[in-house]
Amino acid sequence: MASTATVATAPHVAAHHGPTGLWSWVTTVDHKRIGIMYGVVSFIWFLVGGLEALVVRAQLAVPNNDLVSAEFYNQLFTTHAVTMVFLALMPLTAAFFNFLVPLQIGARDVAFPRLNALSFWVFFFGSLYLNSSFLLALVPGVGPQAPNGGWFAYPPVTTLAYNPGLNMDFYVLGLQIIGLSSIIASLNFIITIINLRAPGMRLMRMPIFTWMVLVTNVLIVTALAVFTIASTQLMFDRLFGSVFYDAARSGADPLLWQHLFWMFGHPEVYILILPIMGMVSEVLPTFSRKPLFGYNVMVFSGILIGWLGWGVWSHHMFAVGLGPIADTFFALGTMLIAIPTGIKIFNWLGTMWGGAIRFTTAMLFAVAFIGMFTIGGISGVMHSVAPADLQQTDTYFVVAHLHYVFFGGTVIGLWSGMYYWYPKVFGRLLDEKLGLVHFWMTLVGMNLTFFPMHFLGLYGMPRRIFTYADNMGFNEMNMLATIGSFMIGLGTLVFAFNLFTAWKRGKIAGPNPWGAATLEWSIPSPPPEYNFRELPVVRSRMPLWEGDPTKEGGIPHGRRDEDTDDVTLGGAKVATMEYPDDESKMSAHDLGIHLPPPSYWPIVLALGITMVFGMLIFRNVDGALHNLWMGSIAGILLTVYSIYRWAFEPGHGH
Amino acid sequence: MSSETREVIHDQHTHPSNKFYLYIGALLIGLTVLEVFGYLGEVNDVYPAGTAALIIGVLSAVKFILVVMFYMHLKFDSKVFTGIFVFPALLGTLVIVGLFMLFHVLPALLNQGHDICCP
Amino acid sequence: MDHSHAMAGHAAHPAHIDTSTGLDSRKMAFWGFIGSECLLFGSLIGTYMAYKGKSINGPYPHPGIVDGKEVEGILNIPLTTASTFILLMSSVAMVLALNYTQRGERSRAFTWLLLTAFLGSIFLGCQVYEFTHFVHEGLGLGTNLFSSSFYLLTGFHGAHVTVGVIYLITLAFLVRAGKIPPEKALNVEIAGLYWHFVDVIWIVIFPLVYLIK
Repeated sequence: MASTATVATAPHVAAHHGPTGLWSWVTTVDHKRIGIMYGVVSFIWFLVGGLEALVVRAQLAVPNNDLVSAEFYNQLFTTHAVTMVFLALMPLTAAFFNFLVPLQIGARDVAFPRLNALSFWVFFFGSLYLNSSFLLALVPGVGPQAPNGGWFAYPPVTTLAYNPGLNMDFYVLGLQIIGLSSIIASLNFIITIINLRAPGMRLMRMPIFTWMVLVTNVLIVTALAVFTIASTQLMFDRLFGSVFYDAARSGADPLLWQHLFWMFGHPEVYILILPIMGMVSEVLPTFSRKPLFGYNVMVFSGILIGWLGWGVWSHHMFAVGLGPIADTFFALGTMLIAIPTGIKIFNWLGTMWGGAIRFTTAMLFAVAFIGMFTIGGISGVMHSVAPADLQQTDTYFVVAHLHYVFFGGTVIGLWSGMYYWYPKVFGRLLDEKLGLVHFWMTLVGMNLTFFPMHFLGLYGMPRRIFTYADNMGFNEMNMLATIGSFMIGLGTLVFAFNLFTAWKRGKIAGPNPWGAATLEWSIPSPPPEYNFRELPVVRSRMPLWEGDPTKEGGIPHGRRDEDTDDVTLGGAKVATMEYPDDESKMSAHDLGIHLPPPSYWPIVLALGITMVFGMLIFRNVDGALHNLWMGSIAGILLTVYSIYRWAFEPGHGH
Repeated sequence: MSSETREVIHDQHTHPSNKFYLYIGALLIGLTVLEVFGYLGEVNDVYPAGTAALIIGVLSAVKFILVVMFYMHLKFDSKVFTGIFVFPALLGTLVIVGLFMLFHVLPALLNQGHDICCP
Repeated sequence: MDHSHAMAGHAAHPAHIDTSTGLDSRKMAFWGFIGSECLLFGSLIGTYMAYKGKSINGPYPHPGIVDGKEVEGILNIPLTTASTFILLMSSVAMVLALNYTQRGERSRAFTWLLLTAFLGSIFLGCQVYEFTHFVHEGLGLGTNLFSSSFYLLTGFHGAHVTVGVIYLITLAFLVRAGKIPPEKALNVEIAGLYWHFVDVIWIVIFPLVYLIK
């Protein structure tokens, strides 16, 4: 049987991936390496954020507990949220954007590679800065000074008058740095997607994941700017004496912060879920052997969610007394958003319906995502009824809702994406047995943790309290939630173990272990430095599923038997995997492909930017160290100098 | 094939001359002068503050549009740039209008005892 | 509208840009950045508008009656009108500078770029004078809601003008040294977009802060 099916690489021949060594990573501008760095760093922060949650749950396991002080508890729930949202989930999605988008659109890199590196290093330094607040515990007599005013940082409790320590200074300064990283990255991705697509890849032929990345980054570039101003105003209040939120001194309105924050905060939650919806929309078709049901509608509902997401922010403020007109407007908007979201759910179900389903771990997580996110969506619709929300606000009902959508949605979807794309990034499959353990512990654990919280909230347990009395009827459910959370923790450790060991010892993946349809699966795993030897010409939405698999020369879709290398489709053998002695071991230079050279200006500039904001914290430090705040000016000089050197750097010229 | 998606925008060579730009500049000056007169009219009680705000608002909107369309060349460039600008500009306007409504208009309505919800 | 073509040798646009839209990525990214800035200044202006008229103590921006007493307005309309004109003129200078760059007229481009930066500096000088005067009159950063929102809004704008001035001076010398021929005029065009946008923001700020009560 003639086998014309060719595969882009031989798994036993290492493709050329570029230079090695620490310096090559520090100066890299390669989107794949930057994606890996984002992924590794943010996964570590995910573990840190999870640890913060476990201490919270340990504290709440029994009534009247004194495992941690009330003050430290405030720091824990604040940093848990800040870490998860800004240091773990957003950058994990950025890791996927970075690695996958150029591959999915048939490009060699993003539009602005050095800017890409800059985004990573700014994020990296910012995340270290934010967490250095904990390290102040090492200073005798000081104690940890991590942010403690909630991730939403409402004044007046976060103003200097009520919060004189450094905690919220770390918050405003750290998040300014990190916000900048996101804005820079988002511009990069928007331009990449609009401008760097391979020939033939019209917008409506792009993989759905890339579409969702585009919408998400438009949201980022707009919403983060509003948060920048909100936190700049708080920063000026705390460090320079302005009175934006200082109600006692100036008659300031605390609601101003709430409006500005939630104008950012609501699009933020869509920033966290839209990419995941895109990921799941790639996983489900692959393991159902069916194209995505209703691609056009999925794209438009994604755009609609992004657009409508700007009109609902005050549903976080139903309990502040905005009045019936505002409440009605925002309640209606919130209910409306459920419609495009619901459309997506049905389209996912339609994708699976009648398909030949294969339950790999990635697929399990994707299906679980649909269920868990739907539950979160239902409690969300319950919130949208403003009068009901008056009771739910600030109770554990909200905690239940947000964790079903953030954990059951974003995290579970991310894990689906990790199992799916890990082989592409590292060339090896994650272990499926460990994956099953991870999956079940996570699914059972999360429901055990968060489902009781719906009841706790309706019974009246408030949020953000460090303990509760014995006779409130909260005891059993809190204990259940704590047990569940430790189950999640264990499952996550299994996952971490899997990630680490599969890196060197997992089964070789080959270019397309899942038989998927999009362009990234047409090149070796891991991809060579230059991605595509020749930029592909695209003729359909599913380039690898078009045409006769035995004749077109594309990767056959079907199952690849790992022992015999046969490719079967519906039980019949259609081809054999071929591993021609190919040029993937040739470097970009050998192939005559020009790649942007590495540069150290991104990391230097990132250092300058971090100094500009980071050193300002000394304005609130008394004594000998106070004048260190002028290091901010040194930071400005370093920033300006680095920008000039960057602009005139050879090899990147225009 | 490749040309079906590569919409190569051949540049239109619509470079206005210096004279044209100076003409727009003169317009901008004139509009600013009118704006200041609008202000003075209110100060000298020729018309109420609301009218002044309207006059000044319209004039500054025209200036805004003139600079964006002609000095920033948006009228002659690809519509893609217009899209990239207009969407966030609208959002920014929404933010300003939204905050103005929430902090001035709605509280005023509430204070005047408008009971909208219950007949 | 006089669409006279520039002289021969004007090859201001590079042939066939190799992107999906045929448009230059840097120009597109810069418009995206301007979009983000719309939200940035929108939030600052929104804050100013939210707090307009709500200061509980003076100095106040406009003359009026507070608690039955007449108060003076601290804003200097004549001075700011003058500086507004100057900023507008700097935008005119900027388009001319771009025109000359696109035509390859190096020394004229140099002159007009410097003139743009110079006019921008005058605007900044007026602002510095204004701020100093205000501080002497007792309007510090934390004096009242007006002062905080005013200084942050106009200060942010002034910071943008400052960056622009440095940007333009750098470009001026590059142009004079021949490093920006007509094919690379995009560099000046992008600086122009930045400068005009900064002017456009002032076109919004000036009436809202100074002219409308």
